[in-house]
Amino acid sequence: MTARVGVVTFPGSLDDGDAARAVRIAGAEPVRLWHGDPDLHGVDAVVLPGGFSYGDYLRCGAIARFAPVMETIVDAARGGLPVLGICNGFQILCEAHLLPGALTRNQHLHFRNRDQVLRIEAVGTAWTNTFQPGQEVLVPVKNGEGCYVADPATLDRLEAEGRVVARYVGGNPNGSQRDIAAITNDAGNVVGIMPHPEHAVEELTGPSLDGLGFFTSVLKHLVGAPA
Amino acid sequence: MTTHPDPALRETPGVVPQAGPADEWALGVDTVPRAAGTSEELQPYAELGLRDDEYDRIRHILGRRPTQAELAMYSIMWSEHCSYKSSKVHLRQFGEKAPPSDRLLAGIGENAGVVQVSDELAVTFKVESHNHPSFVEPYQGAATGVGGIVRDILAMGARPVAVMDPLRFGAADHPDTARVLPGVVAGVGGYGNCLGLPNIGGELVFDPSYQGNPLLNALCLGVLPVSRLQNKAAAGPGNVVVLMGAKTGRDGIGGVSVLASATFDEGSEQRRPAVQVGDPFTEKLLIEACLELYDAELVVGIQDLGGAGLTCALTETAAAAGTGMRVWLERVPLREPSMEPHEILASESQERMLLVVTPDKLEAVLKTAEKWGVLATAIGEVTAPSPDGQPGRLLITWRDQLVVDVPPGSLVDDGPVYARPMREPADLILLQADRAETLPRPSTPEALRETLLRMIASPNLADKTWVTEQYDRYVLGNTVLAQPEDSGVIRIDERTGLGVALSVDGNGRYARLDPYHGTKLALAEAYRNVAVTGAKPIAVTNCLNFGSPEDPGVMWQFAEAVRGLADGCLELGIPVTGGNVSFYNQTGAAPIHPTPVVGVLGVLDNVADRVPMGFVPRPAGDHDQLFLLGETHVELSGSEWAWVTHEHLGGIPPQVDLARERQLAELLADAARVGHLSSAHDLSDGGLAQSLVESSLRRGVGARVVLPEHFADGSMPFVFLFSESAGRVLVSVPRGREKAFTALCAERGVPWEFIGVTDPAGGALEVHGQFRIGLDELREAHTATLPRLFGGAEAARVEVEATRTGTTTVLPATAEQPVDVDPAEVDAEPIARAGSAAAETGTEATVPAEVTDAPVTDDPADEAPEAAATTTDGSEDGSGPDGSATATGDPDQRPAPDQR
Repeated sequence: MTARVGVVTFPGSLDDGDAARAVRIAGAEPVRLWHGDPDLHGVDAVVLPGGFSYGDYLRCGAIARFAPVMETIVDAARGGLPVLGICNGFQILCEAHLLPGALTRNQHLHFRNRDQVLRIEAVGTAWTNTFQPGQEVLVPVKNGEGCYVADPATLDRLEAEGRVVARYVGGNPNGSQRDIAAITNDAGNVVGIMPHPEHAVEELTGPSLDGLGFFTSVLKHLVGAPA
Repeated sequence: MTTHPDPALRETPGVVPQAGPADEWALGVDTVPRAAGTSEELQPYAELGLRDDEYDRIRHILGRRPTQAELAMYSIMWSEHCSYKSSKVHLRQFGEKAPPSDRLLAGIGENAGVVQVSDELAVTFKVESHNHPSFVEPYQGAATGVGGIVRDILAMGARPVAVMDPLRFGAADHPDTARVLPGVVAGVGGYGNCLGLPNIGGELVFDPSYQGNPLLNALCLGVLPVSRLQNKAAAGPGNVVVLMGAKTGRDGIGGVSVLASATFDEGSEQRRPAVQVGDPFTEKLLIEACLELYDAELVVGIQDLGGAGLTCALTETAAAAGTGMRVWLERVPLREPSMEPHEILASESQERMLLVVTPDKLEAVLKTAEKWGVLATAIGEVTAPSPDGQPGRLLITWRDQLVVDVPPGSLVDDGPVYARPMREPADLILLQADRAETLPRPSTPEALRETLLRMIASPNLADKTWVTEQYDRYVLGNTVLAQPEDSGVIRIDERTGLGVALSVDGNGRYARLDPYHGTKLALAEAYRNVAVTGAKPIAVTNCLNFGSPEDPGVMWQFAEAVRGLADGCLELGIPVTGGNVSFYNQTGAAPIHPTPVVGVLGVLDNVADRVPMGFVPRPAGDHDQLFLLGETHVELSGSEWAWVTHEHLGGIPPQVDLARERQLAELLADAARVGHLSSAHDLSDGGLAQSLVESSLRRGVGARVVLPEHFADGSMPFVFLFSESAGRVLVSVPRGREKAFTALCAERGVPWEFIGVTDPAGGALEVHGQFRIGLDELREAHTATLPRLFGGAEAARVEVEATRTGTTTVLPATAEQPVDVDPAEVDAEPIARAGSAAAETGTEATVPAEVTDAPVTDDPADEAPEAAATTTDGSEDGSGPDGSATATGDPDQRPAPDQR
């Protein structure tokens, strides 16, 4: 049977439909999850999509992390459930302390949407295992608060433990420390990424097909994973 | 979250229990009985923008003086903005001259026109102005401009799927432009991005005539199943009137009458309170809630609250059904409890919709609102028309006091209508006599080269990425083409690939020189921009931005523009489906250039067939053939060149032949369908030179151009490159398809000229016998202007610093970042080194052999679909930092979908 990948919709989620489309194109069954419903409906993995949950009028993701569905997701993630947080989803994962550090206002203070080259540096995670180490991919980045920051010790630990999943190449679009575009937790099942792989899955509508790799990776991971 | 606070109401829908005893707020209120008894009391109608005769008319309609609340309502509904009192007599032509269309499901007069595009699907689109608020408070003015047009689209039953933003500002280097533009752009982006709507195009125009009156027009596109079409009629006596969305506050009170219907003067600073404040998050929830209500068929009628707020929504919905309405005003949820009836009725607080629902559905409606966390409150009920067949009356009480008792139609339909005096501006004859064709023109290769570099760097022709990258163009995942392409293209059916193309265009200088033909030119350009993508144009919307209608010269310009648009649409066979008029874009005695902005919508049966504007990368040795469609004449009056080089505006704008535009569009659609076209790009401001540069830089593929004999000598090469003759398109055709393509041109009666080849390996744009300019030099000139003017430089510096911090890591992987990053990021001086390098290699290339006689191979390979392959090229180039051939080392400039 095909893997079932949940896509959470918070009030203000915007790229949830796109994440679901990407899951479908990758060959899995997307399952829409509702912020107010703690039940994960038996999904094998979860995507927290981009958007402006609750308007992000407070810190981005600061309110969403308290949604009923997040309590379940946090527990499941600690138990090994693959979770991918894209853009606002990344911000939520940091607010939920599943990932270290925080995402702050772009240093140039503008929302920026461009096609961005990333270098995949950690290919051991549930979401990047189909990439080659050092592989460069082209995916859209679009955010106003995508500047990744953490204290030096945390950054050093991320580097040392190989938990920097992807870095910006050929230009840092938001001032993120050490060009960090994506990180993972120590188990490698939770990944937060600022750019939008779900917008690079169709030739007609994206700059490349490179984004698919993130979604096919989780399928490969699930096949390999003990049932 | 909250629905109706009073459970009693839920049990007996529509029957609203009496409010508590009148409290001190109610004491001072001006009630209907009081008004009847104090008919001689003086009222501030003049301050509210009503004329003596208009006030007398109100008294006549009511048979007494209006209450304070009624006076506020009439002053708003009879304002220029709401009543179209000066434009009505002219706008009729759109209906009278409308070509027959079986696609039109809803037309002028509705919140937005709706056009059927397939058996199941329809699209709705409309452009509206939010000019005055955007000048007073750029960010919120622009943000709420987007929010307002989105609700118009939503009210038709459609899901909003894209926005566009035609923007006009004063001189690019004027200090006030630096104040207004960044705020407006941030506002458009801030609202649209947070709403999850891709921004797929627009305009950015600078001209001193907009100095005191910048123009923010916002367009929204929506898609709906034909069966989901909604209307605004408050039908069915006994039905419940529900106000859904944000609480009502004091923001935007009198926005339409104070701001949009009067000329700016010294007092303008005092008007900030009349600008609304936007909350895109609430609007996003409102959209989802409304769509769920439509799908569950829970609403009888719906109307958005925009200008004129509750007053407009209540009167229009009632008038549309001929019913009456009973409203308990104290039930309107307020941000400020101290608000008085006239303020509640006049408030333009954003993110609100008025619903009419049957009593048995109220519970479900409130539940849906609750699910999405949107406030929904039953505030009244629909009442029957009077027995004598007369329409019902609108009765509004506030804490048991009757404050409004009016016939709704008297506010909506019986407003004043003026046939304002019109007179051709006295200076027009002199202006038209001062032709730009007589200005000195560059006639040497050096001068031509310098002119081209100066033109593509001029604010109106320069690359707009600084603006467009502040907009999300990807969200919803159906954006097939976006700026700077000629049209935005949105896929509306993932199953069939059905899509629509949309373009908005206007040229105030042309319209100033000749409003009738200037408007036809705007229509022709939007029509052509849609056609070059391969789409079939089917419908028109418009936003008419003018000065004060009380100025006979402006009124004449307006009348001519409307006549031009109506005639033009008839000639093209596509109807006007709706639009918007913005008068009083005037500071003191100085009106803006008459600025009709025209939006054209087209249909693509399969978006995979769409034709992009950029020349296509080819394997070594291969290239496409360049053809110029249409005829080039010596037409420089009103041109960008005349303005940039001589600050000259005079003469007669280019001729426009809509019959030919129609032939051209049909040719392009056919050619696109059979794959004859690798690229197609409209020629407009800046002429052929601008189109060649844009098509070359789009994907980093240069071209070698030969001048036709009759354009070879003296200043004719300049004319060939910079004339702005209408009806022209630059296309590139895969080798082996020239014969079939030119045969099609002949068959369609479209003039064509072979003008050269694309040069995928050359990295330069060469005009044979004139100049050769490296793409990097072109790109630097084209992209540096806006960042320099509006602060991309600091932004870039910050990024570079950030990158340096990033490189404090010991990882060798990032150790060299600054080297790559600096030039790539400092938009103001990109890839200078790569530039010189490429220019050198460039000089080696010489006269193209193919150019003199185009080889016609039998290669049957259909290259056109390759056009879709930007992406793979993109990522490949991405791995090559050296910046050769089709791309430089700058990721921004890699075949750059990010410049779309």
